[in-house]
Amino acid sequence: MFSTLMVRVGEVLLPGDEFSCETDDTISLTDHVKPEKVVCGPGLRRSGDRLVVCKSGVLRHKQPNVFWIDSQQRRYVPAKGETVIGIVTTKSGDIFKVDFGGSEQASLSYLAFEGATKRNRPNVQVGDLVFAQFIIANKDMEPELVCIDSSGRANGMGVFGGGGLLFRVSLGLVRRLLSPHSEIRSDLDQLFTCELVVGMNGRLWVRSSSVQQTLIIANLLQSCDTMTAPQRRELFRRVKQGAL
Amino acid sequence: MQLSTIPPRSYVISKSPSAAKQMTSSTLDRLLFLHGGGVMEVCGSSSVTLREFGCEQSLLSRPDGSASFIQGDTSVLAGVYGPAEVKVSKEIYDRATLEVLIQPKVGLPSVRERSQEQCVRETCEASLLLSLHPRSSLTLILQVLHDDGSLLSCFLNAACMALMDAGLPMSCLFCGVTCAIDTDGQIITDPTAAQEKESRALMTFAIDSTERRVLMSSTKGSFSVHELQQCIAVSQKASEKIFQFYRDSVRRRYSKTL
Repeated sequence: MFSTLMVRVGEVLLPGDEFSCETDDTISLTDHVKPEKVVCGPGLRRSGDRLVVCKSGVLRHKQPNVFWIDSQQRRYVPAKGETVIGIVTTKSGDIFKVDFGGSEQASLSYLAFEGATKRNRPNVQVGDLVFAQFIIANKDMEPELVCIDSSGRANGMGVFGGGGLLFRVSLGLVRRLLSPHSEIRSDLDQLFTCELVVGMNGRLWVRSSSVQQTLIIANLLQSCDTMTAPQRRELFRRVKQGAL
Repeated sequence: MQLSTIPPRSYVISKSPSAAKQMTSSTLDRLLFLHGGGVMEVCGSSSVTLREFGCEQSLLSRPDGSASFIQGDTSVLAGVYGPAEVKVSKEIYDRATLEVLIQPKVGLPSVRERSQEQCVRETCEASLLLSLHPRSSLTLILQVLHDDGSLLSCFLNAACMALMDAGLPMSCLFCGVTCAIDTDGQIITDPTAAQEKESRALMTFAIDSTERRVLMSSTKGSFSVHELQQCIAVSQKASEKIFQFYRDSVRRRYSKTL
């Protein structure tokens, strides 16, 4: 199965495409036989001994044996461990309800902030933005967010300060921004200095020295969605020369 | 927007129209059913012709997935919202609730739209993996832009492209093919409104992409068992072209991120 998958890495696949796992009829008795393992990411499903594609997109591979489908979608489906930007919608007793753009609201305990105790409550108001990560995210349970990591540190998470601008982009662009050697990010670095928070749910938050610059960055990032790499470089070059 | 050109259509079935009126199944029919498990074989000329079709994905900014599908002069716009929050009264504990709304070009949706909604909804439910998003709602809105025949098949095609654009998990794709049988017994695939009016029988099939099986059928008029099987066979043949078009269309969409 590994080799059949490897051949099609980088191709566009559609739901219903299948990979069958053909086992060898002969087993070598002398060689050490290692069982083939394939880890399926989003968009791939196991069905019996076959692998079925269930989303349209590009097949991607990561060493050693991880495969997934890279698709462009707008609606976020929570996954454990992902960091998102949420909006606090209600405050009831000791939990906050947070809207993160999914199918239901997530809960966020008031104790899940750095340094919070029963005495010392965090200052969170309805309407505030929070940067948090999922500790529970599965289809059968209510999603739960926390603003601390496993060692109890904020690690960049928590309530947002004043200023800045929140806007939405596609989930595909967010993943491209967060990839280790993102070209978009390095292009943007050369252009303006800014503070950028990227939520996996397609929400971006930007703050820079002036309102005008913030708006330019927001517009640039939103237009990156529909541009190829050369088009983007051309646009960034023009902005750098002061076209806007 | 992508268009595929296909030569002018003409399609003849091998039976005479007088014999076709009998509603009996012959040995030939049984053979047709046995052949190749589900996929039937066309007898007679083997070229299936469809009108020009075109498609554009994610053209609307607000919905989670959208597509427009054009077959000849028939044009439909589809939008998908979801998985989103669901009303308590419509919540299903182990799968998503799918709602299909068809908006006619003028006026309010009537009985005809209701029946088409049901056809589309049942086809989508068969191909979507709804159990992966329990207690959520999916809404599919289909807006007629222009009706020039084969409207139901255009709805199905637009729905499939929009669901794919929204990134919802699907076990397979589906497409719709409309066949009309005219008074001479000729099968016309993808008929125009004028051809539909003159036809003796009109059938629409939804066909899945993995095994070319019939997911849904909607028929009108009188026809023999043999004619029905011929129409299914023709639709299955036509579906290959549509699925190839889907693939080309999606490939173009992802060409920027390859």
